[in-house]
Amino acid sequence: MRNIIDMTNDAAVRAADPQFGRDGLNIVVATNHESSLANAERVALAYGRGDAMSLPGMAIAVKDNIATLDMPTTCGSRILSGYVSPYEATAITRLRAQGAVVVAKTNMDEFAMGSSTETSAYGPTRNPVDPARSPGGSSGGSAAAVAAGITEIALGSETGGSVRQPAAFCGVVGVKPTYGRISRFGLVAFGSSLDQIGVFARSVRNAAIATYAMAGGDLNDSTCADVPVPTTPEPVEAYRGRTLDGVTIGIPTEYFPPSLDADVRARCDVAIEVLRGLGAKIVDVSLPHTELAIPVYYIIAPAEASSNLARFDGVRYGPRAADVSDLREMYQATRSRGFGAEVKRRILIGTYVLSHGYYDAYYKKAQSVRALITRDFDAVFASGVDALFTPTTPTPAFKIGAVTDPYEMYMSDIFTVTANLSGIPAISLPIGRVGGLPIGGQIMTRHFDEPRMFHVAAALEAALGGEAHA
Amino acid sequence: MTDWSQKYEMVVGLEVHVQLKTRSKMFCGCSADFGAPPNVNTCPVCLALPGALPVINAEAVRLALRAAIALDFTINLQSVFARKNYFYPDLPKGYQISQYDEPIAVRGTLRVRTPGETATHDIAITRLHMEEDAGKSVHDRYPRKTAIDLNRAGVPLIEIVSEPDIRSAAEAGAYLRTLKQILEYAGVSDVSMEEGSLRVDANVSARLHGATELGTKTEVKNVNSFSAVERSLQREFERQCAMLDRGEVVRQETMIWDASRGTVRPARSKEESHDYRYFPDPDLPPLILDPDYVARLRHTLPEMPRQLRQRFATEFGLNDAELDAVTAESSLAAYFEGVARAHGDANAAAKWMMGELAAALNETGTGIRDFPVRAPQLAELLDMVRDGKLSHTAAKGVFATMRSSGKSAPVVAAEMAVTQVGDDSQIEQWIEEVFAELPAETSRFRAGEKKLTGVLVGAVMKKSKGRADPKKVNALLSKVAG
Amino acid sequence: MAVTETDIRKIADLARLSLGDEEVPAMTAQLNSILAHMDVLTRVDTASGTEAGSDAITSAIALARDVKSAGAPLRGDAVAPFPMNATAPMLAPDSEDGFILVPRLSTHEDV
Repeated sequence: MRNIIDMTNDAAVRAADPQFGRDGLNIVVATNHESSLANAERVALAYGRGDAMSLPGMAIAVKDNIATLDMPTTCGSRILSGYVSPYEATAITRLRAQGAVVVAKTNMDEFAMGSSTETSAYGPTRNPVDPARSPGGSSGGSAAAVAAGITEIALGSETGGSVRQPAAFCGVVGVKPTYGRISRFGLVAFGSSLDQIGVFARSVRNAAIATYAMAGGDLNDSTCADVPVPTTPEPVEAYRGRTLDGVTIGIPTEYFPPSLDADVRARCDVAIEVLRGLGAKIVDVSLPHTELAIPVYYIIAPAEASSNLARFDGVRYGPRAADVSDLREMYQATRSRGFGAEVKRRILIGTYVLSHGYYDAYYKKAQSVRALITRDFDAVFASGVDALFTPTTPTPAFKIGAVTDPYEMYMSDIFTVTANLSGIPAISLPIGRVGGLPIGGQIMTRHFDEPRMFHVAAALEAALGGEAHA
Repeated sequence: MTDWSQKYEMVVGLEVHVQLKTRSKMFCGCSADFGAPPNVNTCPVCLALPGALPVINAEAVRLALRAAIALDFTINLQSVFARKNYFYPDLPKGYQISQYDEPIAVRGTLRVRTPGETATHDIAITRLHMEEDAGKSVHDRYPRKTAIDLNRAGVPLIEIVSEPDIRSAAEAGAYLRTLKQILEYAGVSDVSMEEGSLRVDANVSARLHGATELGTKTEVKNVNSFSAVERSLQREFERQCAMLDRGEVVRQETMIWDASRGTVRPARSKEESHDYRYFPDPDLPPLILDPDYVARLRHTLPEMPRQLRQRFATEFGLNDAELDAVTAESSLAAYFEGVARAHGDANAAAKWMMGELAAALNETGTGIRDFPVRAPQLAELLDMVRDGKLSHTAAKGVFATMRSSGKSAPVVAAEMAVTQVGDDSQIEQWIEEVFAELPAETSRFRAGEKKLTGVLVGAVMKKSKGRADPKKVNALLSKVAG
Repeated sequence: MAVTETDIRKIADLARLSLGDEEVPAMTAQLNSILAHMDVLTRVDTASGTEAGSDAITSAIALARDVKSAGAPLRGDAVAPFPMNATAPMLAPDSEDGFILVPRLSTHEDV
């Protein structure tokens, strides 16, 4: 029991360390030591009583767009400056029931719109692996929190790869569960049909435990599926060290274009050989509509965002522009000052593609193409492929400030957005380093087939051993 | 005033918003009740706090389906909730969740009979869709500020949109009254315009008789009663006709009805160009209905006014005026049927309801549901009248006391000592006494002077303090005379 | 489908964002550049599939639950508001007597 409180205290102290704050790596944007300790005491008491818990005393860091009661939830935006949610996200409630203790809120791209954690109103987060580089994004703070050892587990959120891409950049495990696996209630919406809470961890096993702790139907989220949740952590334990005999892994050619970074390709080739060595049958497959994923994503996500972000109007919460003469001015001043450049750009794109005369050409068309992308996956899985292996990102972590063209930045999601568009689960895990920079490999499976995903990932993780981090 | 209807035809389409009678809101568990202090009935969902999500209220779906079935709609087994995006401070999410291109029901009809006309007219109804209400904005309570109360935000509504099939103000009124009656029968709403649970927007245009194309329409707002709808439509029609007649062009705009002046005027602020950017709400999967469920609802729908009228006409032989009166509301009809069945004489029941009961309801302003004299008790009163135990006049007094005391008719009648005496020996005794007191009249009566009957009956009634059954007195007197 | 500066002003107005005159040309150029990448979609034949992309996810849920269709779940009509540890006026930047206050719309209509 004492141990639980000590563990929490140590993590809370680390989280409040200035080296992770604004003047350091800028990973942590809020802590509440007192509240974290109080929660730890509650966990210790319940654990001592014999309550079953899968994460007793596990300190976690939480992305700043997931509602917590004891720390602000600001989405890295001025428009929510100081906002403390009066209710708690389902995912947080469930993790706390399993004994986890929130010790920090982490930096993120404003409203999760970005792939580098540079669009945050708090300023950019630096990659613990190389502070000159971006940790990726939008959940860069949470990825960095795990990479820097502040916590063993952190929560992020995905809309187009915002967990897997920073996991790859920071050399940690990142999970995007099936759409509908984890309740979105309390996750501040960006692209509602794509958003999903995800997990960072140092090991596949912990990632699986945390994923399952949050999973399962929720009557407060109509899109959360009441699909049975695997028991934890036994399945992962069982898969560990076992071979992949009888498992067919597809290698989609579209994810290995000629332009792919040579180091990324080399590391992937090694991982594929390891998978083959574990007994997996490796087959080349094709997902022909992959190249359309980015255009589809950058229509659907901004469209939904333009509507989701309308509630930030200065009426009911958050700061309100005061020096205004009427309501319209209040709206415009509040929103124009509250949102950063990337958020405004996406709101404008989203408003445009939904507006009269353009809806069919953009939004509706994008939804139809999205269906084609999903069918690609369905066809491959129907052909007997159990899992797909791909690189997570086209390149290792880039330098802060290096990517200035919005569309070039969007392209860093090219291998991850497809899982969001189709809703299938995906995991990124470290498959090695090049020049000190981590490379991530991605495994995708059928809808709700997280057990298979964790199975393959855990087997690969174990087989790569220290090599993954070398 | 010019009678424009000789030259021009009025074309009206009505959009009716109806608040569904649910306990909780459309997408959250907040109370849907009126009258709470401002913003008390709010939660993360209806306040649109970051991260909150909607979940559909099953009862709202059930009531919307009942309404759709009652109005002969085709039910869509799959319908979709969309977002209608616009900024307004009483719209917390910045969008209203509303069904758009895939509503829950399409193609309904309403058979309408305009007063004074014999033929009925079937008005086509384009669609019935579900949506959530906005909150309330109070503009006049604080200087330079608008006060927002979100208690109503998220309360379930259905919107019923008619085709432009209505051809007169009176027909619009008839459409609305019939619609209200059906929705009340279906038990889906309180349908009160005064309380805002039924709201009407009217689109009206004018065209030359025989023209096939529709004229430019305007929308009339701020109408708070059915008669205001009729009057405002008439005024707006006249305004448009006068313009057309002068060769002017009617502009598509919103007109405000000024009830105190009985005039319409253009809305002061020019509406900005709306672009609602509808798209399917990604927070809500399609609403998929089980066909068996819809079939069950169809079978459990109570009798609608038209069927009930038909049945009452055949079963009870009521005339049109009586049918109108006793079927106006489902609760009245149930009351009537209760009285008629218990008492046996449907005409007497109808007459009493149209006379004494209607007056009583009018006087107190209560509905039949809260009326203290229930159907079996009224039947008991009518039984006493029929059985000669109460005169009609005495029954009125007994009824009044029943309303205030809640006691039964026999008890009240006994207490008031107004029970009619039909006992022959008692009446004969009174007659003997009268004969003794009025010897002259008696002998002339006995001699056959029949016109004295009235005098003698009156004397007997007086002697009995009104309690003697006049029919019996008459009969016994004539026996004496005979 | 090139976006004009007029379009940008119109959509900024719809989104209640005010763009300075100096921001408009840059934003127009950026949006045009981004939207140019989207034009590839117009060349895709989607005639064979009319379902929306997100329908695939509901189908997947139905499959995982072994049910015919996974439409929206419905909640019972119980009064059970999700608990909050603050009231609406407490959260609002301006409030009085329980009302949330906002500056009056200068063109507000009296209905």
